Amino acid sequence: MNYYDINSLNQSIHGTLSSLMPEGLAITLEGIAVGLLIIVLYALLAIVLIYMERRVCAAFQCRIGPNRVGGRGGLLQVPADVLKILTKEIISLRHADRFLYNLAPFLVILASIFSFACLPWNQGAEILRMDIGIFFVLAASSIGVLGILLAGWSSNSKYTVIGAVRSGAMIISYELSIGLTVLTMVLLSGTMDIQEIVMEQEHLWNIFRGHIPALLAFCVYLIAGNAEANRGPFDLAEAEQELTAGYHTEYSGMHFGFFYLAEYLNLFITAGIASTLFLGGWMPFHIPGLDGLNAVMDWIPGVVWFVGKTFAVVFLLMWIRWTFPRLRIDQVLTLEWKYLMPLSLVIVLLMTLCVIFGLVL
Amino acid sequence: MMDLSLLDITFYATAAVIIVCSILAVTTGRIVRSATYLLFVLFGTGVIYSMLGYTYLGAVQLMVYAGGIVVLYIFSILLTRSSQTMRYRIGRGRLAAVLAATATGAVLVIFLLASQHFALVAIPQGVELPAREIGHAMIGSDKYQYVLPFEIVSVLLVACMIGAILIARRHK
Repeated sequence: MNYYDINSLNQSIHGTLSSLMPEGLAITLEGIAVGLLIIVLYALLAIVLIYMERRVCAAFQCRIGPNRVGGRGGLLQVPADVLKILTKEIISLRHADRFLYNLAPFLVILASIFSFACLPWNQGAEILRMDIGIFFVLAASSIGVLGILLAGWSSNSKYTVIGAVRSGAMIISYELSIGLTVLTMVLLSGTMDIQEIVMEQEHLWNIFRGHIPALLAFCVYLIAGNAEANRGPFDLAEAEQELTAGYHTEYSGMHFGFFYLAEYLNLFITAGIASTLFLGGWMPFHIPGLDGLNAVMDWIPGVVWFVGKTFAVVFLLMWIRWTFPRLRIDQVLTLEWKYLMPLSLVIVLLMTLCVIFGLVL
Repeated sequence: MMDLSLLDITFYATAAVIIVCSILAVTTGRIVRSATYLLFVLFGTGVIYSMLGYTYLGAVQLMVYAGGIVVLYIFSILLTRSSQTMRYRIGRGRLAAVLAATATGAVLVIFLLASQHFALVAIPQGVELPAREIGHAMIGSDKYQYVLPFEIVSVLLVACMIGAILIARRHK
C-alpha cells in the first residue's frame, strides 16, 4: 500500500535543513523551493498539453499535426513556440487603463496556480493541504473570471468587452453546476480534505462506489468543467470569427502567453479534480476481494496513476472540444440554467438518499 | 521585539497591503480601479482569516466577496457605461469631518487593542478549525449553534431574490 509514501522523505529533508539553520529560515527555503517547483511544473505541463492538443486536434481533423521541428513527431515545435513568444514585444495601448491591463493576466494565472497547488500528486506530495481543500479549489478558481473581466474592460476595445462579458456570464453560471457536483462527491466521501477524499477510495473508486449519481455527476462535472476552462464547444468568449480573439485580443507577447498558459493548465486542473473526485486521485485501481490484483496495482507509483488518469480525462475533454460545434451564448446559458443546474440539484438529492439508506458500495 | 516569526512577518505584510489598498480604493479616480483595490483588500482579509486558522471563512471570503461580489460590481460597471473618471472636489468642511471620523475610529481601535488583545493571542495557534465543527454549529439548535439565524437569513435572501425578479419583470 505505502511503498511510495514520500512523507518520510519530506520529514527527513525538513529535519536536515532544520539542523543546519534556524527553523524559520528552513521553512522559508522549503517554501521557495516548493514554489519554484510548482512554477516549473506548471510551465512544463503547459508545453506537454499544447503539444498533445495539437496532435489530438490533428488526429480528429485527419491531419498529421506538427512533424518538422525536432525530427519525427515535431517534438521541438512547442518549445520553439515558447522561445518565440518569450522574445516578443509586449505592446502597450494608448487610451487604456495601463495598470489594470498589466494586472489582468496575473490574476488569471494566480487563480490557476492556487488551484494547481491543491492537486494530490502522490501520497505525501500534496502542496496545499487544508481541511477544506476542495472548497478552497472552488474559491481560488473563482478569481480567474475577474482577470478575464478586467482584461476585457481595460483593453478599451469593443471586441474584448463583448468577449469578457460573455465569458463572465458563462463562468459564473457553470460554477453552480461545478459546486453542486463537487458537493455530491463531498457527500459521498464525508470530508472536504483532498487527501482524505483520495484515502476514502482505497477500496473502490468513487465513480463505482456512488454508481448512478456519481456517474451522472461525472458527466455534469465534465461539461461544466469544459465551460469553466473556456474551451470548445463553450469557447464563444474567444470566437475567432466574430471577436478576433475575445478578451485577450489586445494582448501580445508573454501577457498573451499567460492567458494561453492558464487556459491549458485550467484544463489540466479540471481533469485533475475530476480524477481526484471520481477516479481515485493517486489511488491505484482496487477491487475488493481480489487481493492479488490489488497488490500488483500497488506496485505502480501513485504519481503515475494520478498523471495517467488526469491525461485520460484531458483526452476526453479534447475529444469533446474537437467534435462539437460552438454554442451560441443563449444556448450556453439555457443549457446551464434549464438543464444542468436542475439536474445537478437532483443528483445531490439522489446522492444524499443513497448515502442515507446505505445504497453506496 | 527582534525575533519576528514568519507569522508576524506575513501578518504585517498583509496588514500593510490592506491599509494601502483601502486608501487607494477610496482615493483613486477610476471606478474599475477602486473595485480592483477593494478586491485586494478582500484578499488580505481572507489571508488574515486563514492565519487565524479559520480557513473555511478565508475560502468563503474568496468565493463570495472576491469571486462573487467584486465580479458583480465589475459586471455592473461594464453594463452601465459609467463615466470613467470621477474626480470630486472635497470641501473643507467635509475634509474636517473625514479627519474627525478617522481619528475617532483610530482611538476606538487603539482603546480596544490596549484593553483587550489581538485575537491571535486568545485562540490556539497553528490549528485549523475543522469544517465539521463549523457545519454542526451552523445547523445545530443548542447553545452557541445557529440554525435559527441561518434559516432566517435564507428566507431573507429568497425574499430579496423574488423582489429583484419582480422589479426586473415589471413591464409585463
